[in-house]
Amino acid sequence: MHVKIKINGKIYERDVEPRLLLTHFIRDVAGLTGTHIGCETSICGACTVLANGLAVKSCTMFAVQSDGADVVTIEGMAKDGQLHPLQEGFWEEHGLQCGYCTPGMIMCSHQLLSRNASPSETEIREALGGNLCRCTGYQNIVKAVQYASRKLRLAPKVAAGD
Amino acid sequence: MTQRYVGQAMKRKEDPRLVSGTSTYVDDVVLPGMLYMAVTRSMHAHARIKRVDTSRAQKLPGVVAVVTGEEVAHCGPIPCAASLPNMKRALRHLLAMNKVRFVGEPIAAVVAENKYIARDAADLVEIDYEPLPVVVDPEKAMDPASPRLYEEFSDNIAFNFFFESGNTEEAFKKADVIVKERFINQRLAPITMEPRGVVAAYRMPDNELVVWCSTQTPHGLRTLLANMLQVPENQTRVIAPEVGGGFGCKVDLYAEDGLVGYLAKKTGRPVKWIEGRRENIAATIHGRDQIDDVELALKKDGTILGMRVKAIADLGAFLSFFTPMIPTLTGLLAPGCYKVPALKFDQVGVLTNKMATDAYRGAGRPEATYLIERIMDVAAQKLKIDPAEIRRKNFPQPSEFPFKTSGGVIYDSANYEAALDRALEKADYKGLRRKQGQLRKQGKYMGIGLSSYVEICSAGPSHAVGGGGWEAGTVRVERTGKVSVLTGVSPHGQGQETSFAQIVADEFGIEPDDVVTIHGDTGRVPSGIGTFGSRGTSVGGTAVYLAVQDLKEKMKKIAAHLLESTADKIEFGIGKLLVKGNSGRSINFNDVVTVAYNAVRLPPGTEPGLEATRFFEPSNFTFPFGTHVCVVEIDEETGEPKITKYVAVDDCGNVINPLLVEGQIHGGLVQGIGQALHEEVVYDENGQLLTGSLMDYAIPRAHDFPEFELDRTVTPSPVNPLGLKGVGEAGTIGSTPAVVNAIVDALAPFGITHIDMPVRSEKVWRILKGRKAS
Ligand code: FES
Ligand code: FES
Repeated sequence: MHVKIKINGKIYERDVEPRLLLTHFIRDVAGLTGTHIGCETSICGACTVLANGLAVKSCTMFAVQSDGADVVTIEGMAKDGQLHPLQEGFWEEHGLQCGYCTPGMIMCSHQLLSRNASPSETEIREALGGNLCRCTGYQNIVKAVQYASRKLRLAPKVAAGD
Repeated sequence: MTQRYVGQAMKRKEDPRLVSGTSTYVDDVVLPGMLYMAVTRSMHAHARIKRVDTSRAQKLPGVVAVVTGEEVAHCGPIPCAASLPNMKRALRHLLAMNKVRFVGEPIAAVVAENKYIARDAADLVEIDYEPLPVVVDPEKAMDPASPRLYEEFSDNIAFNFFFESGNTEEAFKKADVIVKERFINQRLAPITMEPRGVVAAYRMPDNELVVWCSTQTPHGLRTLLANMLQVPENQTRVIAPEVGGGFGCKVDLYAEDGLVGYLAKKTGRPVKWIEGRRENIAATIHGRDQIDDVELALKKDGTILGMRVKAIADLGAFLSFFTPMIPTLTGLLAPGCYKVPALKFDQVGVLTNKMATDAYRGAGRPEATYLIERIMDVAAQKLKIDPAEIRRKNFPQPSEFPFKTSGGVIYDSANYEAALDRALEKADYKGLRRKQGQLRKQGKYMGIGLSSYVEICSAGPSHAVGGGGWEAGTVRVERTGKVSVLTGVSPHGQGQETSFAQIVADEFGIEPDDVVTIHGDTGRVPSGIGTFGSRGTSVGGTAVYLAVQDLKEKMKKIAAHLLESTADKIEFGIGKLLVKGNSGRSINFNDVVTVAYNAVRLPPGTEPGLEATRFFEPSNFTFPFGTHVCVVEIDEETGEPKITKYVAVDDCGNVINPLLVEGQIHGGLVQGIGQALHEEVVYDENGQLLTGSLMDYAIPRAHDFPEFELDRTVTPSPVNPLGLKGVGEAGTIGSTPAVVNAIVDALAPFGITHIDMPVRSEKVWRILKGRKAS
């Protein structure tokens, strides 16, 4: 089946098997390997991307379902060599160790901050409930999101992914 | 030397590539013409294989090859590094032949043009099984009448590990009180967020093999793969690119590693295999799984006289790389941080129809800490002594170190009481007890749990670690003054690219940005062992530190020659070497480097270049310690034990980067708490895995925790020149008993003296339902 998906502003067009997962389209067709796969069964959140502005687990969607979608992945977060405040926050606050969960965490946090500019600690922890991290113990991930939330409120123009 | 960077919370050098999605994990490696492997696995826990029919799989368009057991039999069994007296070498092959012994055991491997076809084809391999009686319960497996996993062995007992130090019989005779309890450390799955993965490429004319593997031990893997695949070791290269978590489970050589290498050789094309999560839970090693029957003999005042432990370690179906060694560590550490004058430890390692156990974060020490920290609380409850005081009473004093324990090891240095006091103060222990009393009167159940732990790190002296416990480090000052560090440890989240840069920068008086640490590639790093057993910085960092010292000596000689002084009068300043005292005579670091390479003005007899390699063999392990305080509140409606406060005071000796130490503790705590509250690998009586996905195997989530309150005491280790003790596993080891102690404390008014892990809401709810508080 023929699909056309925009990823980080660039159009990718391809004939694909109907069963091809969006996450494999992103990784294997577009060659964007920053989106990780940790379970393929929509539990771990490592594959989270933005599709039409919403955080989705890209292993839950088929590429054909995403035909025409506007997708943003971790590679689309930095602008002009400048890290997005969320990426900066994870770096500043030691919000990652092995880094495998990090892209998914960042994309999911992005949705949270776009809906709630100054979430409480509990709200952050709840919002990240579908993203698993086995290394950090989550505490510094919470701090990373708080860092980004502060920074984005001060400079709201650094809106992410667009 | 001025310390400008060691001890500072420096941001990590490795992070920019990781937060931007540009780093390379194994699954990101793509080679021209690459094939994909999928594995057909056993559906039975114990069965004879009567027939494997690969014809349908072979015929599927896009399938390139299908292999079964006989074809790879010549690769030999997968080795185990451990050797215990009379140990039965229950080893597996790359693919099962004749018989399968656990659900998920590889039977056939398929390679195809893409991963979808490979998986389809793996499902088309047809297997006729003749089911055999399944042995799941380790206690039943020990029965001589039990069905045997290996017909060639007389029973399912893989090893016995026994020792007695002091006179336990006497101790128990003299005791005022004896407490006993059975403690079960349930089976856990490591669940690295990145599953395992391998890519191999083979160049026939050169007989050269390159392997990318998500491993903690690239050099060890190279040796094993070279032997197994008959490729010379010096023509085998193993690369551990970015590795998405290890926790011990990526130390082993797995069947799939060998298969990918074999198939790359066979097909002449690169082959990739990436583990699915279901495969990961079924066929990556498990951790723990030990039953400990513990008896403690005490005087009325709480003084410990002796301890007896009978331990059953469920090893699963075969011996993986370290399998039998891990449970024996429980024996060495069984006395915990107490004076236990007499100890009898009697352990059996048992084979059952489950995945093998091996090192999972903590590896044998969480079991020890859990048994001693729980039995201390059982004793305190019985003797009506405060849990903090019974601990304090039995600590060895700082002046008694190095302290030889009845577990047979020598603790390097400690001040247990200082860590306990700091934790009690930080948690406001007295205030908590008051609050607990008030809440109880209102019918609310809050519990306070302590855990004073010690653990064994910096693996270790070579005689105690199969395959060598040393570590290698090469340091090269390049012609431009930039420094390359090549380390044999293979970090995968621990941050040694940063901490090693801090060490080297301070030693040379240069900037961390000028130091690059290269790791995880046998083609670039000459020699090494790897990252496990909390050894990365304390053993690997020490090797680097020693290599730097060699270079400093050489640079001092060169500087002395140029400054017309003597080497003993030269010291390193910031960016320069100078003559001691206010002589005003100095030479820039980079100028010395230039002279070393231009090799014209060198002192007579000095070789050009600035490169040094050192191997560090530790004289002993190191023994970090600390005290954790956990507070739980029990939700009466649901039984949910909710952690409302968690204080951890840890002592890992000197600290290079507090940010990294804190991160290790946080992650460790969550894994340890995960064991206490949620996690358990469950097999049913037929050996079927009931927790085969992340839906059924619950790892902790962000909202399960309060904010952890951390603090440290600092007791340097005398074992290495940097005074480091290691911190990778401390959080996991210390936390589990603190949580369970807190829950038992909360439920004490109901007459509860013990509750088994994982303590899920349902378990507590059932207890509350049936009882009235007194
Ligand atoms: S890989 Fe998509 S949620 Fe885990
Ligand atoms: S940083 Fe390793 S899984 Fe989150």
